[in-house]
Amino acid sequence: MTEKIATRQAYGEALVELGKEYDNLVVMDADLSGSTKTAMFGKEFPDRFFNMGIAEQNMYGAATGLALSGKIVCASTFSMFATGRAFEVIRNSVGYTEANVKVCASHAGITVGEDGASHQTFEDIALMRTIPGMTVVNPSDAVATKKLLRQIVEMDGPCYFRVGRSAVPVFYSEADEIVLGKGNLVRDGRDVAIIATGIMVNEAFEAAKTLAAEGIDARVIDIHTIKPIDEEIIIKAAQETYGIVTAEEHSIIGGLGDAVAQVVVKNAPCKMAMVGQLDTFGESGKPDELRAKYHMTAADIVAAAKSLL
Amino acid sequence: MDIKELKRTAFDVRIGIIKALNNAGSGHPGGSLSMADIVTALYFDEMNIDPNDPKMKGRDKCIFSKGHAGPAQLSAMAVRGFFPMEDFMTLRKLGSIFQGHPNIMIPGIEMSTGSLGQGFSVAGGMAMANKLDEDPGRIYCVLGDGEIQEGLVWEVAMSAAHYKLDNLVAIVDHNGLQIDGRNEDVMNVMPIDEKFAGFGWNVVKINGHDFGEIQDAFTKARNCKDKPTVIIAETIKGKGVSFMENQAGWHGKAPDDEQTKQALAELEAAKNLSVSVEYGESDGELLAAANLASGNETNYEVN
Repeated sequence: MTEKIATRQAYGEALVELGKEYDNLVVMDADLSGSTKTAMFGKEFPDRFFNMGIAEQNMYGAATGLALSGKIVCASTFSMFATGRAFEVIRNSVGYTEANVKVCASHAGITVGEDGASHQTFEDIALMRTIPGMTVVNPSDAVATKKLLRQIVEMDGPCYFRVGRSAVPVFYSEADEIVLGKGNLVRDGRDVAIIATGIMVNEAFEAAKTLAAEGIDARVIDIHTIKPIDEEIIIKAAQETYGIVTAEEHSIIGGLGDAVAQVVVKNAPCKMAMVGQLDTFGESGKPDELRAKYHMTAADIVAAAKSLL
Repeated sequence: MDIKELKRTAFDVRIGIIKALNNAGSGHPGGSLSMADIVTALYFDEMNIDPNDPKMKGRDKCIFSKGHAGPAQLSAMAVRGFFPMEDFMTLRKLGSIFQGHPNIMIPGIEMSTGSLGQGFSVAGGMAMANKLDEDPGRIYCVLGDGEIQEGLVWEVAMSAAHYKLDNLVAIVDHNGLQIDGRNEDVMNVMPIDEKFAGFGWNVVKINGHDFGEIQDAFTKARNCKDKPTVIIAETIKGKGVSFMENQAGWHGKAPDDEQTKQALAELEAAKNLSVSVEYGESDGELLAAANLASGNETNYEVN
């Protein structure tokens, strides 16, 4: 059976590794360091770890001050409070000054599970995409999380980095090349293209297997960097298949689906279907139960793919 | 710089504010003028800065969290030589680095502000960075009294005390007025001193137009260890221009050409008098004398 690791766990471990290499790496949290896994960095580098208490706006403001003073700052809390509550600080302080702040938010999407709708963020990618100069990254597994975190730490400028709460299958191997800004062709195929992000990449891969058994050849692409988006790989998919299904653990409004659609309508219009959170709030439940109820499973991708053919 | 020279310089700063806002055709004279004396003291006396090397290591930093009063800071910086005064006269014009609110594109501006509370939060972060790096630079942050209605301000108040940021000095421009009127009518902010003291700050109260008290307050801040300092400066909105003083209506509108002529005449006359008069008398007397000298015997009524 495939190993399962939460991307937040990989994030916490990667921070410790990076902290050893970059002595100007500073990590901040807003009283959720056990959940976001920044506590591991705090234990290793107490001088460079700041718990700002339950005050997300001030965390991103202070992060900007630290970044403008030469620090690389990874500031973590739940996605809801980072991108929701602190949005305007991230827009005006982090974004407008192009500060070297990485908004590393965990517990995004429906797989937060039992905490329910107040904590299930479906708007974060949409919000972060609209800020000029903001790089938006949504890694799909533990390997991608580690490889991409390194690249955003090495990159100068603001970034939104989204990780999840639940353990998800690790399908990349250390040897796989994962490059910021470049989509990964996970599986080639000619009938339909499934363009997925985050934990939905694994679902897309499973969907492709099901489709293959029915004689449908699906291409699977991992768009871990939603902004700037890899236009080339999307245009190619639009031209070489009969249609595109997007799959994301995020609202179908403003997220990956819209980002892909913008590329497609400008360059190579094709049929599209979007799998993601519909225009509704979530509820409490087990992550897998919720993904089933809110239509974010491999089966939903299969149905969407068939609707295009 | 001695007090007499600081006073004279503050007139130049005020003249720069009025000219720039008149050129721009919009902006915030009231809160800029109320901060003109303190910002003069910061840029000409208190802060360790070099206009020829705005990124100097170990420098002190000043952030106007009340970004709408940025013209006070920018005018002082122009007089100090960070950039030519004529460049500052492009304030608010298309393509200028002198945006409607302070912007880090400008040499010597440390943070882009305008959205209230955020400059203070960033100032706190800079103070944390300096502690971490053992950088001697001090961080001065100017807040409006209306601005402290923002919840973020109190998040900063809490974290700055928690992290013992004795290299951070907040200056509250307590002119008592905000856009919609008097603080106490819009949303009472008093008592400001007890609030900050309760959060664990060192509190110093001064007359924000008295250079002796301003210098004293900065010294007290420097001598206070393990606590951030807040200087609550009692000020007059529109200070130095008779028809703008204590008028909420002058929060956010620029003087027209006629009003500018009048304001500049008052400021020039008061400046000239200040060269010849020994200070000791009140500013009010000086202003009255200046009014007489410039031929304006009465204050303007402004709608």
